[in-house]
Amino acid sequence: MTNAEIIATDPGWITLVKGLLIFAVCVLATLMSVWGERRLVARMQQRMGPNRVGPFGLIQALADGVKLALKEDLIPKAADRIVFVVAPIISVTTCFMAFAVIPLSGPVNLFGHETVMQMTDIPVGVLYVFAIASIGVYGIVLAGWSSGSTYPLLGGLRSSAQVISYEIAMGLSLVAVFIYSGSMSTAEIVSAQSQWWFCVTLFPSFVIFAISMVGETNRAPFDFAEAEGELVGGFHTEYSSLKFALFFLAEYVNIVAVSALATTLFFGGYRALPGLGFTESWLGGWFTVFWFLAKVVFFFFIFVWLRGTLPRLRYDQFMKFGWKVLIPFSLIWILIVSTLRVLSQQGAPRSVLIGFSFGIVLLVLAGSSLFESSKKRRAQEDELGEVAVPSFPIPAIPGKSMRIERSK
Amino acid sequence: MDSFAIEVGRTLAPEATLFWILAPLAVVAALGMLFVKKAVHSALLLAWVMVTLAIFYIAQDALFLGIVQIIVYTGAVMMLFLFILMLVGVDSSDSLVENIRGQRPLAITAAIGLSGLLVSLIARANLGVEAVGLRGANSGGNVEGIAQELFTNYVWAFEVVSALLITAAVGAMVLAHSNPAKSRTAQRDQSIARFRGTSLATAAGLPSSGVYALHNAVDVPALLPDGSPASSSISATLEARGDMLSSKPFELEVKKEEED
Repeated sequence: MTNAEIIATDPGWITLVKGLLIFAVCVLATLMSVWGERRLVARMQQRMGPNRVGPFGLIQALADGVKLALKEDLIPKAADRIVFVVAPIISVTTCFMAFAVIPLSGPVNLFGHETVMQMTDIPVGVLYVFAIASIGVYGIVLAGWSSGSTYPLLGGLRSSAQVISYEIAMGLSLVAVFIYSGSMSTAEIVSAQSQWWFCVTLFPSFVIFAISMVGETNRAPFDFAEAEGELVGGFHTEYSSLKFALFFLAEYVNIVAVSALATTLFFGGYRALPGLGFTESWLGGWFTVFWFLAKVVFFFFIFVWLRGTLPRLRYDQFMKFGWKVLIPFSLIWILIVSTLRVLSQQGAPRSVLIGFSFGIVLLVLAGSSLFESSKKRRAQEDELGEVAVPSFPIPAIPGKSMRIERSK
Repeated sequence: MDSFAIEVGRTLAPEATLFWILAPLAVVAALGMLFVKKAVHSALLLAWVMVTLAIFYIAQDALFLGIVQIIVYTGAVMMLFLFILMLVGVDSSDSLVENIRGQRPLAITAAIGLSGLLVSLIARANLGVEAVGLRGANSGGNVEGIAQELFTNYVWAFEVVSALLITAAVGAMVLAHSNPAKSRTAQRDQSIARFRGTSLATAAGLPSSGVYALHNAVDVPALLPDGSPASSSISATLEARGDMLSSKPFELEVKKEEED
């Protein structure tokens, strides 16, 4: 039975229980990931991180959350009151909705009912996630606009331009996945990866997806919407108390959501690591949830690692990268993938397929070496002319004899 | 054609409930869109109408259409609208003064005429083929069915529309893009200029403003080694506006201690 057929037999209360479970897991994941992020970043910076509240500082995030909720709730005078209140609600609702189509486990027994941990399985599941994400942008844009102040407006516009641009690259990176799995339903994409995960067979797609998923969630090094050096707090500068907490929650749930999407599309979803397939039947199938969460945590770790390592990009460089590198690159990749797919579906002999791939690799190599040589030539042309000789001694530059004239 | 008749006449209870909850909301939002004063509110209400339409599509088993409606209209088109509205002014509302005399009755007459024309045409529209019903159309899967139609029967229309849209986008870019009067200096050029100039004094950037025990802000100049204020450490705007403070009151009093 496919997931869609299993879910179709669910009584209403099972769906409700699943919804509640997903909500609880998301909120808990947020608390844990705030703590985890602070601890991890601290380790990377040779600090300890929060370690006072609870064992290992585990409930630090909860304490911070309570403190945040008890603060005074301000609405600026210049704000557009209704939109100001609606914006964080849109943000937080949409980020939870994406989880409805993510399969968290294989077939399991929930209160005596055979089901899968997935609210619904629709034939256009992945597109649904995109649709929800594009509504989520409204939360940010409206928050920026309704605050009635300059920095939030700039932050909101920046972040929506960013999310929309990177959504295109992200969508294009998924086309190869759709072509190879023959479906846009999340459950079927997972079952199409029973042999090889798509992160291996469609590696370029995975790279594009991974880059654009960081851009899509407004995370470092692409966190221009709240670039504190340029825009104070960005779109949520004027928010305080619970409304700010909602944005905070939305940000972290979004990270978990894109990690879950990446897991589903490229890392085999709830399936075990290759060679450990026998674990999938442990605990009556519930052990698959562990695999799913482990993969999500892996992606979360990458997010934190990026934040701890890379400095923020410049905004124009980031947009240029998205439009002029990622999108053309994914279009070419789609062309290659679909050609290969059509060739193999029409029963072309293996030698033709290998020859085609070999030709592509040769073309790429030739292109890149041409690019390199032209870059080198341009660098030579760019060679700086006479540099003003300083009037004070400077250290010798390797490979260059410096003659310092102090007589002037 | 029995099954078709049954399918047309049947509306499941959940779908009917959904309709009677969302349809009035959609109508209220559509009316609100016409009557609210702020342009951004109007755009938001329109976005809501589009989302409800998408939900109706989904309720009627047109999953793909509903999702694409949200991605394309709510996500892309309305977002561009919002962008422009927001950039026009944070709280600009339309002026309600009529500039062209007699414009309103003319517009109303034209609107009634056009809607009458559209309604009468669409009501009598005939596709020229017999309807197969939803189940027949979706027999090979909803997405596959649409793809089949789009890339076989309607491939010409599809390609023409996409060519039109691309032309429009390129045209808009050409019209909006103007050659700047003087070329902008990029970060790299500025950096090169700093080191190629005759003086290396600003090679590391301009000095930052002063930091004193009693004052630490951008409106007080830093002190040069000889004790004079460095005017380059203050923004020219602040100086011109008269918002610059003197560094005198914050300077350290140097007491000469006599060695005994």
